[in-house]
Amino acid sequence: MNANGKTGGRSWGARAVVLLPYLWMAVFFLAPFAIVLKISLSQTALAQPPYAPVLDLAAGWQGLKDFTERLSLDSYALLASDWIYLLSYLKSLEIAAISTAILLAIGYPVAYGIARCPRSLQPLLVMLVVLPFWTSFLIRIYAWINILQRDGLLNDVLIRLHVIGAPVAWLSSDTAIYIGMVYSYLPFMVLPLYATLEKLDVTLLEAAADLGCPRGRAFWLVTAPLSLPGVAAGVLLCFIPIVGEFVIPDLLGGSETMLIGQTLWTEFFSNRDWPVASAIAVALLGLLIVPIMLYERLQKRQLEGAR
Amino acid sequence: MRRGASSFNIVSVALGLAFLYLPIVILVIYSFNASRLVTVWAGWSLHWYRELLSDDAMLQAAWTSLRIAVLSANAATVLGTLSAIALTRMGGFRGRMLFSGMVYAPLVMPEVITGLSLLLLFVALNVDRGFWTIVIAHTTLTMCFVTVIVQSRLIGFDRSLEEAAMDLGCPPLKTFLTVTLPLIAPAITAGWMLAFSLSLDDLVIASFTTGPGATTLPIRIYSEVRMGVKPEINAVCTIMIAIVSVGTIAASLMAKRGAVRRERAAFGAQV
Repeated sequence: MNANGKTGGRSWGARAVVLLPYLWMAVFFLAPFAIVLKISLSQTALAQPPYAPVLDLAAGWQGLKDFTERLSLDSYALLASDWIYLLSYLKSLEIAAISTAILLAIGYPVAYGIARCPRSLQPLLVMLVVLPFWTSFLIRIYAWINILQRDGLLNDVLIRLHVIGAPVAWLSSDTAIYIGMVYSYLPFMVLPLYATLEKLDVTLLEAAADLGCPRGRAFWLVTAPLSLPGVAAGVLLCFIPIVGEFVIPDLLGGSETMLIGQTLWTEFFSNRDWPVASAIAVALLGLLIVPIMLYERLQKRQLEGAR
Repeated sequence: MRRGASSFNIVSVALGLAFLYLPIVILVIYSFNASRLVTVWAGWSLHWYRELLSDDAMLQAAWTSLRIAVLSANAATVLGTLSAIALTRMGGFRGRMLFSGMVYAPLVMPEVITGLSLLLLFVALNVDRGFWTIVIAHTTLTMCFVTVIVQSRLIGFDRSLEEAAMDLGCPPLKTFLTVTLPLIAPAITAGWMLAFSLSLDDLVIASFTTGPGATTLPIRIYSEVRMGVKPEINAVCTIMIAIVSVGTIAASLMAKRGAVRRERAAFGAQV
């Protein structure tokens, strides 16, 4: 296959291998973004679909001209002028940054511990970390409602232990959001960390020890810097989706602070304001484009760097 | 990394696993609780499972979800395997940068964005939304996960086997079917299972792309949960957990048996 590729004459079969997934992604992933961008420049209308103008391709060049003249930046002006949206973005970034920091603080010792266990045990431990990820995301969030609700298990246990006198409202708070985020995303943090820690060259640590470096210092001077690719992958893999998360803040969080994913959802499903929902999506994408590109570079280096 | 875990290492792994499993274990136990209240234990009972079996809407939603998951996992496995081959075996084709960008982006893209953009596409194309639009949406999302899994397997194995086959005059397609495919089969299976469970699990993208008459299990569970905790949901969740656990353990046992058999075959060939 590769030899053919070099001479440029590819068989039809080889071309189809590239073309089929390429076309699928172009139609169902790339093209929709153009539509989101287009609708974010439209205005709401009491029509089906609920926005105007609608591009009328049958009208030819005149249709296109009419269409472009009626596009507007109104939705973006609304985003910039109303504090609700800005606060929602900032809140999402704050929750995502703090959740990712907690995830790293919990995930690193776990990944490190697994990498130090006997090699025969490691696949089992990795499988145990991954297994909850295979069960439903919704189920795992729901499990926490059982525990955190007012007459739930956590309050029950804490009252019996005389830690608290009266039930605490754990649910509908930022604490509950953090618990949900950390719980759901932990495997995404542990796995890339484990992958780099497991490959770490032991002889480097031995050399450090031979030269009189204490274990704690050797960790910061050798292990930590060498595990940075894993840290970067884990952080990006958690941070980016958490910024746009909808289910966790919706089920565990309070009603006073909406994250940006919830704001988009509400604009779309409750207010039926498609242009504003699209503008929120475009702005969110603009916010995340740099982390997403960093993630893609890491992914490429890892999966294609072998060549 | 050096073997030999300190007590700190063991404690952190144990605590991490306890954190991951405790809520699930509690949920499973309470699905057998006779009482409606979470804090009151009224003895073991299958009451909520019986209740579930008479809930037609829930069973209907589960059946819809299963069909969507199987169809989209099949399509995603084919497309994902093809794109993994394209990215590892095709060298530099035109638009390669864009292609790998499109394939890796959905892995981290917030679901609300993917869901919204797909819905707007279906509206623009004037397609009736429902069962098939969810299948297409799930295929698009999950094929990227399949790509990454198959790709890491493809770069991991010795390419000289393929080259040897082709040097001996084996045509590319036959080389793929007789040499490459058996070698990447475990990754393809794992990719299918991941695609299946991601589809079964998805709420956000399905909510955007669904239409009248196509209610999936997560959409159904979500609307029930929003109305408050219902012990019946514990029963649904326990059944799903049981299916997933049995499936995963069976798959890993099968993979292990396959590996042993291959090793024996290789050993036999040497003798």
